[in-house]
Amino acid sequence: MPEELYDVESNVPANPIEDLLRMDRIPHIWCPGCGIGTTVNCFVRALQTSGLDLDKVSVVSGIGCTGRVAGYMRLDSFHTTHGRAIPFATGLKLANPELKVIVYSGDGDLTAIGGNHFIHAARRNMDITVILINNMIYGMTGGQVAPTTPVGATASTTPHGNFEETFNLPFLAESCGAVYVARWTAHHVRHLTKSIKEAVAKKGFSFVEILAPCPTLFSRRNKLGDGLDQMEYYRDSSEIKNGADTKSVALDFQGKIIVGKFVDKVRPTYIEAMNNHYKAKYGDRYVPSDEMRKLNHA
Amino acid sequence: MVQAAEQTKKPKGSVIITAERCKGCGFCVEFCPPEVLELSAEYNSKGYHPPILAKRDQCTGCDICGMVCPDFAIYGYMIKKSNKEA
Ligand SMILES: Cc1ncc(C[n+]2csc(CCOP(=O)(O)OP(=O)(O)O)c2C)c(N)n1
Ligand code: SF4
Ligand code: SF4
Ligand code: SF4
Ligand SMILES: [Mg+2]
Repeated sequence: MPEELYDVESNVPANPIEDLLRMDRIPHIWCPGCGIGTTVNCFVRALQTSGLDLDKVSVVSGIGCTGRVAGYMRLDSFHTTHGRAIPFATGLKLANPELKVIVYSGDGDLTAIGGNHFIHAARRNMDITVILINNMIYGMTGGQVAPTTPVGATASTTPHGNFEETFNLPFLAESCGAVYVARWTAHHVRHLTKSIKEAVAKKGFSFVEILAPCPTLFSRRNKLGDGLDQMEYYRDSSEIKNGADTKSVALDFQGKIIVGKFVDKVRPTYIEAMNNHYKAKYGDRYVPSDEMRKLNHA
Repeated sequence: MVQAAEQTKKPKGSVIITAERCKGCGFCVEFCPPEVLELSAEYNSKGYHPPILAKRDQCTGCDICGMVCPDFAIYGYMIKKSNKEA
């Protein structure tokens, strides 16, 4: 590239992502027009303005293209086995309740092989944030059908089109007991950033679903063009409906997308319920794990 | 780069582009609210056309380009008063 195309002025702020990404690993592995990087931009900006102590934030991913996120974050992060990001995050949180534990993983990882963990972490109101990138297929392994593939869409394992009922993830999360549920797309960068900030500030199980293009395997096989075409579809077909009944937000193939914050409520978290229960039962003989840690480190 | 001769007002913002990281997806060009970016005719070493700030005086520094770019190849910033006057 001829240098003179670009001015380099003095006094300009550095790229905000450099603080929080392992820049030695960039360029990343994601395809041109893949939406995962866009969501990472929003995640980084949300963390930077969240007021959280970033030394106490950890990011946990499973396996998949989205699962790579943990490895790119310059934070304590864990790239776990397929489907097991939530149990790993649960263990981290229980062992050290001071941590803010954020799971960042794919639709296949979190709702197919990891589906039961998702259900039970929401049921228990486990104190973690789950950010799920929904590209409607298994990206990394070649575009196989997922529980999130819309009816009528084609995947590598459903060459004649998918006929299985699709998970409506906000409804699933709310039914199981999540206290914060939102959905955005990679096009809604400002709303998404704000939503991630709210989710990480929330006590209990918070869930943000993000629709993101997988041009290489989803769009191409479905003749939907490239990543930009998918982003334009998000822009043209989304409707913001905060507080919408999650039963009404199911996705279909290239249909209307309802986005927004759907649930924001309070109920005791797993750790609160556990501490209250054992305090009531055993009084001072019960020492919660965060107090135990303080005693051990004193 | 030489500033356009007809430019009268000082721009509010600008962008920094790391051309080598760009994969030419076009998100920044399409979603910049005042539509001030264009994909350049030049190639980077991977064969993609990175964006250039075509309408320099109209960038607001809003950083929407920075947020949509999946490859961390561009970001916007507000020009501080002191920088503007310099
Ligand atoms: C136990 C196990 N089973 C299967 C795999 C193969 N595998 C790797 S990633 C993946 C699916 C990932 O899909 P998703 O979570 O949607 O992530 P994406 O790549 O779409 O971001 C599968 C099945 C594995 N790594 N481990
Ligand atoms: S295969 Fe799909 S999800 Fe994976 S990096 Fe490429 S575009 Fe992204
Ligand atoms: S900072 Fe805003 S106005 Fe400037 S190029 Fe980026 S998106 Fe456009
Ligand atoms: S959004 Fe990023 S990768 Fe895409 S064209 Fe713009 S600078 Fe290049
Ligand atoms: Mg996926």
